[in-house]
Amino acid sequence: MSLIYAAAVAAAFGCGVYLLLSRHLMRMTFGIMLISAAVNLVIFLAGRLESQQPPVISAGETELQQAAANPLPQALVLTAIVIGFSLVAFLASLALRAYRDTGAASTRQLTQAEDLGSPEEQPGRGS
Amino acid sequence: MTGLLLEQAAMLPVALPLLTAALTALLWSWPRAQRAVSLMGLVLTAAAGVSLLLRVLDTGIQVIEFGGWAPPFGISFAADRLSAVLVLISGVLGVAVGLYGLVSVGDRQARAGYYVLLHGLLAAVNGAFLTGDLFNLYVWFEIMLITAMGLLALNRTRAQIDGTIRYAVLNLLSTLLFLLAVALVYGVTGSLNMADIAASLTGAETPPVMVLAAALLFAAFGIKAGYFPLFFWLPASYHTASIAVSALFAGLLTKVGVYACFRVFTLLFDVSFGGVRELAVLLAAATMVFGVFGAAVQWDVRRILSFHIVSQIGYMLLGLALATPLAMAAAVFYIVHHIIVKANLFLVAGAMQRASGTFDLRRSGGLARQSPLLALLFLIPAMSLAGIPPLSGFWAKFTIIDASFRAEAGWLAALGLFVGLMTLYSMSKIWIHAFWKPARIDRTAPRRVPVPMVAAILGLGLITVVIGLQPDPLYRFALDAAAELADRGGYIEAVLGFVPLLQEAQ
Repeated sequence: MSLIYAAAVAAAFGCGVYLLLSRHLMRMTFGIMLISAAVNLVIFLAGRLESQQPPVISAGETELQQAAANPLPQALVLTAIVIGFSLVAFLASLALRAYRDTGAASTRQLTQAEDLGSPEEQPGRGS
Repeated sequence: MTGLLLEQAAMLPVALPLLTAALTALLWSWPRAQRAVSLMGLVLTAAAGVSLLLRVLDTGIQVIEFGGWAPPFGISFAADRLSAVLVLISGVLGVAVGLYGLVSVGDRQARAGYYVLLHGLLAAVNGAFLTGDLFNLYVWFEIMLITAMGLLALNRTRAQIDGTIRYAVLNLLSTLLFLLAVALVYGVTGSLNMADIAASLTGAETPPVMVLAAALLFAAFGIKAGYFPLFFWLPASYHTASIAVSALFAGLLTKVGVYACFRVFTLLFDVSFGGVRELAVLLAAATMVFGVFGAAVQWDVRRILSFHIVSQIGYMLLGLALATPLAMAAAVFYIVHHIIVKANLFLVAGAMQRASGTFDLRRSGGLARQSPLLALLFLIPAMSLAGIPPLSGFWAKFTIIDASFRAEAGWLAALGLFVGLMTLYSMSKIWIHAFWKPARIDRTAPRRVPVPMVAAILGLGLITVVIGLQPDPLYRFALDAAAELADRGGYIEAVLGFVPLLQEAQ
């Protein structure tokens, strides 16, 4: 079970890295999303997958059952999902803004930052 | 009441900026009120930093358990000497940037959320310095990332959007690698508290997956700090932000990565674990050299300075890589010196832009005649960065090069000296083109640099001079901080309340 799971995570991570290496901003965003999802799955795997029992202390008992699932990875994943979502939303809005401003979604055409004070620029040009 | 406040001293440097951020958010449409509240918050945060440092010096490592949950279960903050001094310096820097921002940050930027983001960033930076929990560190990194992206893209110019995209993608990747490492560490040790992880790793046979975790952590913090093959996002983005923001980033953000590296590779892992040390030596050398050569060809003052951040990070990593007590102390000294000097140089660059109208060295000139005070204020941090005595940079470079010789790494010492020389080259380039060269346009009425800007630059410059003339107290403090970093058992005892039985054979 863990091995199949690990292979699936590896596949997702690999696809994410492949997309991230692209020059297109949306593909890069998707790459980040895939990697983020893969990392979240690794957290689940790190918390062990065996148990299906909900980690709930039933009425009248004082401690968690031995067979209960580990609740901590779920809390961690939940946090990571929320954070990842907000960052991806920001990244997507950045990409949209860049596209609207410059008409380009390729990092090859986005060079406005690098152009400032670049050695190739001629001193007489612009102001 | 005051007793409780003192006991919770380690929480205030995070709580105060968060509170100020909330207040400035409430005052969204009143930029003036935001400015006043923000400056007050910055001063209070710096004061909290002072009180925390005094308390750490007085009674040792400060630990707070949130919600009354004892350390391995709840989240805890732990402030040792290194954390406390970094919190203090970021507080001081915050005040300087706040003062500077009184004139350089306009109402439009205030309405775009500058003050809210600024205080959010400070809270996250302090949180990262203080936390004793690995997952909590990840959360602070993410808060730092999102506030930093907001600050970078504040003016929404094309260059800023471009810079922010470069910054965002690589830093997101870095935090994801960090999270992956956290998952692996959690899978092996079943804990997220750094002291608890250290205790369970001490002495026991380390499983091979931990080598992977160590490598991932090194890479993740390496992207944050700007180590050699991972630094390209930094000079592609820092120079696009407005100058107060650039100064804050230059001073603090990379140093959080360096700090995290120091914390993890002294507490959780030994730096010699899994080949990290050999790698760190090479990366430190490459970071110093490539940063300084990158700067040599640039013409924008801010880009020159951005490349120099990278080059200086190499010296700090060198301290960690050598890992002798002297080298660690030198690195601590270097970090403190660098935060002040680097931020100050960015502030000076902003003042130069005010006076000459441009950041591009090819178009500016005549500043030495136009405002001699500004020339003096530039010379202090610039000479300090290059390591000219009697300024703080000389002692920082001297101690790290001395430590390299003592660790019998003569080639690293030679490289350090050479990079210092190249730094001097870049600084003289700025000096010659912006200050000495006659101005391109003769202005009848020279542009003036506003007083708050000069005050902020002067304040940071004074700190540099004082450290330069009296390096002894800071150096002694750095030695103590390095000893505390090396004393893993002491940290674990302070957080968990017991010493792990199996001490590692050093």
